[in-house]
Amino acid sequence: MNWKRSFYAAAVFALATSPTYAQISDGVIKIGVMNDQSGTYADLAGPGSVVAARMAVEDFGAAKKGMKVEVVVADHQNKPEVGSSIARQWYDVDKVDAIVDVPTSSVALAVNQITREKNKVLIVSTGATVDLTGKSCSPNTIHWTYDTWSLANGTGNAVVKNGGDSWFFLTADYAFGHSLEQQTEAVVLKNGGKVMGKVRHPFPSSDMSSFLLQAQTSKAKIIGLANAGADTINAIKQGAEFGIVKSGQQFAGLLVFLTDVHSLGLNVAQGLLLTESFYWDLNDQTRAFSKRFAKLHKGAMPTMGQVGVYSGVLHYLKAIEALKSDQGDKVVAKMKELPTDDAVFGKGWVRQDGRKIHNMYLFEVKKPAESKGAWDYYKLRGTIPAEQAFRPEKEGGCSLVK
Amino acid sequence: MTQATQQAAAGIAEREREQKQHRIAFVLMAAFFAFGPALIYPVFLMKVMCFALFACAFNLLLGFVGLLSFGHAMFLGMGGYVAAHTAKVWGLTPELAILCGAAVSGVLGLVSGLIAIRRQGIYFAMITLALAQMVYFFCVQAPFTGGEDGIQAVPRGKLFGLIDLSNQLAMYVMVAVIFFSGFLLIYRIIHSPFGQVLKAIRENETRAISLGYDINRYKLLAYVISATLSGVAGATNALVFQLAALNSVHWTMSGEVVLMTLLGGLGTVFGPVVGALVLLAMENYLAQLGAWVTIAQGVIFVICVLTFRRGIVGELMAFFKHWSR
Amino acid sequence: MSEIFGIPTQALFGQLLIGLINGSFYALLSLGLAVIFGLLNIINFAHGAQYMMGAFCAWFLLNKLGLGYGWALLITPPVVGASGIVIERLMLSRLYKLDHLYGFLLTFGLALILQGLFRQEFGSSGLPYPIPNALQGGQNLGFMFLPNYRAWVVVASLTVCIATWFLIEKTRLGAYLRAATENPQLVQAFGINVPRMIMLTYGFGVALAALAGVMAAPIYSVNPLMGENLIIVVFAVVVIGGMGSIMGSIVTGFMLGLVEGLTKVFYPEASNTVIFVIMAIVLMIRPAGLFGAQK
Repeated sequence: MNWKRSFYAAAVFALATSPTYAQISDGVIKIGVMNDQSGTYADLAGPGSVVAARMAVEDFGAAKKGMKVEVVVADHQNKPEVGSSIARQWYDVDKVDAIVDVPTSSVALAVNQITREKNKVLIVSTGATVDLTGKSCSPNTIHWTYDTWSLANGTGNAVVKNGGDSWFFLTADYAFGHSLEQQTEAVVLKNGGKVMGKVRHPFPSSDMSSFLLQAQTSKAKIIGLANAGADTINAIKQGAEFGIVKSGQQFAGLLVFLTDVHSLGLNVAQGLLLTESFYWDLNDQTRAFSKRFAKLHKGAMPTMGQVGVYSGVLHYLKAIEALKSDQGDKVVAKMKELPTDDAVFGKGWVRQDGRKIHNMYLFEVKKPAESKGAWDYYKLRGTIPAEQAFRPEKEGGCSLVK
Repeated sequence: MTQATQQAAAGIAEREREQKQHRIAFVLMAAFFAFGPALIYPVFLMKVMCFALFACAFNLLLGFVGLLSFGHAMFLGMGGYVAAHTAKVWGLTPELAILCGAAVSGVLGLVSGLIAIRRQGIYFAMITLALAQMVYFFCVQAPFTGGEDGIQAVPRGKLFGLIDLSNQLAMYVMVAVIFFSGFLLIYRIIHSPFGQVLKAIRENETRAISLGYDINRYKLLAYVISATLSGVAGATNALVFQLAALNSVHWTMSGEVVLMTLLGGLGTVFGPVVGALVLLAMENYLAQLGAWVTIAQGVIFVICVLTFRRGIVGELMAFFKHWSR
Repeated sequence: MSEIFGIPTQALFGQLLIGLINGSFYALLSLGLAVIFGLLNIINFAHGAQYMMGAFCAWFLLNKLGLGYGWALLITPPVVGASGIVIERLMLSRLYKLDHLYGFLLTFGLALILQGLFRQEFGSSGLPYPIPNALQGGQNLGFMFLPNYRAWVVVASLTVCIATWFLIEKTRLGAYLRAATENPQLVQAFGINVPRMIMLTYGFGVALAALAGVMAAPIYSVNPLMGENLIIVVFAVVVIGGMGSIMGSIVTGFMLGLVEGLTKVFYPEASNTVIFVIMAIVLMIRPAGLFGAQK
């Protein structure tokens, strides 16, 4: 395994060379990847995020620069207590300097709190709650890849503009689903669309047919799926079975990852509209990156959450290099100061409220005939320019914004 | 000496030996929690104490009354939510927040106990599961719980308005005091006349009835005590982690406490503490292994049931008993 | 009269039909559970995991061996059933003399192991399994579009349920079986191999779970966690029906499907909880369940 060798090489090299980074506590920069390694979100983040973090360390060239960087991993099992106790232990005992990824809003919010208390760094990639750059924003946290607002905005806007002006929401009955639904509804209404109805299903639900039938009777053109993971997959799968798409209604996935489409298969998923901040087949850089990634990760292409970890870790290390210190709030301030640039998101920047800004893209899932092979799933339907892709800073109510 | 007095003497000797064993075990446990923070991360130990109290409270019911509740998460979770809410929104001091949590769990225990206590065995387990699912539903729906985001950033506050609990040591001492008081209370209950009646009910319900005991009242009281102490554990846990979230009300948490009790030793005084320690240590220190944690838990479950059904402490006790003869 | 409580009658019919379809899954799953409990007194918590194994087995046959849905229906139940027999021989058979609690805990542990292993191997976002070609498409019933596959599920499930009930309650073999659980020594004395009978019964119950898994594969995501939340619902079904009552669990399965279907219209948020409300009420009024014999 390539990264492993280079990682050890880095460690040995760092020990041998002179420590120019005297300001770095205990001489090692420790990055903790905390996510769901085994449960619902394991495929879209999980071990893939760890691969991405290690690639970032390698690409940054820590070894050559004489910096010693270590990546540690933990499974928070989607339980906030577990996540919170790991975070505390990492910061207090294991001298971890930054935590990255953190799917599941409840865990992300808990770790956000602790990171601020201990003055470390948190880079959230797979966590979705927009509160991280709103009422819970912190000088120690950057929200990297996407959030519920940007998904709602991307899909909602584009769909209404393409004529999908009447919606029915299928919402997972929990805070995440509610906020996706509300934010999308606001976008739909703003663009002159209307909402024909909504149904809140318990989380998780394996059978969606009853809710789909309600969506069908509503005669809405678009069925917005304000849920995630297995719920979304089941809804789309059963929608195909009940002839929802054939009878002229269309699904809009508000949080769909590449791995979900992979799990559904194109036969069922075709025609689905969704917003993501990354797709492996966007340009030469993303293709090259993704192929490297796939080699290290059982041939699977990266999801946006995983590349977010890569991009975040890379920028974090750049900031430390520029600052020559690893003190939490200062590093984050530096990260906000430096423009971001990497193979996956291209150029971008970090806002005062901790929101990383880059383009978002609207994709449509290909028909089986259009796909040239494994993982060739999306066609680009539109680009949401960075400036419009995220919630305006003023609307979030973040106390860091003056 | 007559045979009867001989037997009585043997019984007394037996009890004395047991008490001696308990005293030694208690001293060991106290020493572990007193000096543990020097070696083990204190927040982890606080979590262990909270869950140990939860498991002990559960064990009071399963080990000493023979009632398997499969819904105990509702008391842990409710205690946590109420304490978190009162501390964060109402600004109560921590001791009052914990009391509120305990009180609500106790009332919940009374209500659910009145419904559940009339059934036995698997039906009791199922009815408690049903009630816990309803409580779970309530927690998902109720606005104050924050849905799956949970209640975050709960202040630890100042104990009695004086001692600042954001100080790690102060918090640790408070959790330890709560745990040891709860533990001793349970110990006292088990060895009181009330506890003897409970054990009689476990052994033979019909005989207990024929001896004139109103067994439902005894069971209900034990159930309410167990619920209240679980609430205390949940409330304390919420303050330690400064959050309350859905997973502590979920039915898998009810399963976890069964596992802790079984692993440590069903119906032993110290078993649940050991069980909680082992299980949480696995969850915490094997966290990078992902799915293997679940697999390891499952394997332990199976091994426990197949080979040492008395649990760690139960087997140890049997070993010493055998050895000392 | 085209509306009932503000819901168009047509839509209501649709919802009831869907409820019935879901009910047929509940019935099939709880049937296996009821067979195992009623005859062996084991509370088989691994049932959800065995259901999941059925779905994975079907996926494996299709993707690795190229054998389609029909083959999966034939091959999967015996294969997964055989794995159940191994479990029975190695582990469960040691627990018959003990409290129910231990069987319950053992199978709980087994469920954790099985789910963990499949998660480790196949990830957690699920695998695709197509609806077989012969059952693609559907009928327009006027009030709703009924996919052919769902119609097949109802028919197949009803057939299996009734056949099982007939086998256990009406045939000589079933009579031996019931007698063997009532009084093993006596039946053994008649020259019937009771342990083997019990072993096969457990295998049969597990095979029923696997069959349900195969039927579920084309409509739900084939996912290591697919049985995790279903299991407690199915338990509730068995308890409401009366533990061990075959007919009870069949009828209750279908009935609860309907109740759940209605809840999804009027109060969708509570549709996962309604079953537990019913269970609590039933246990308060009829402690042994709707069809159970009072002991």
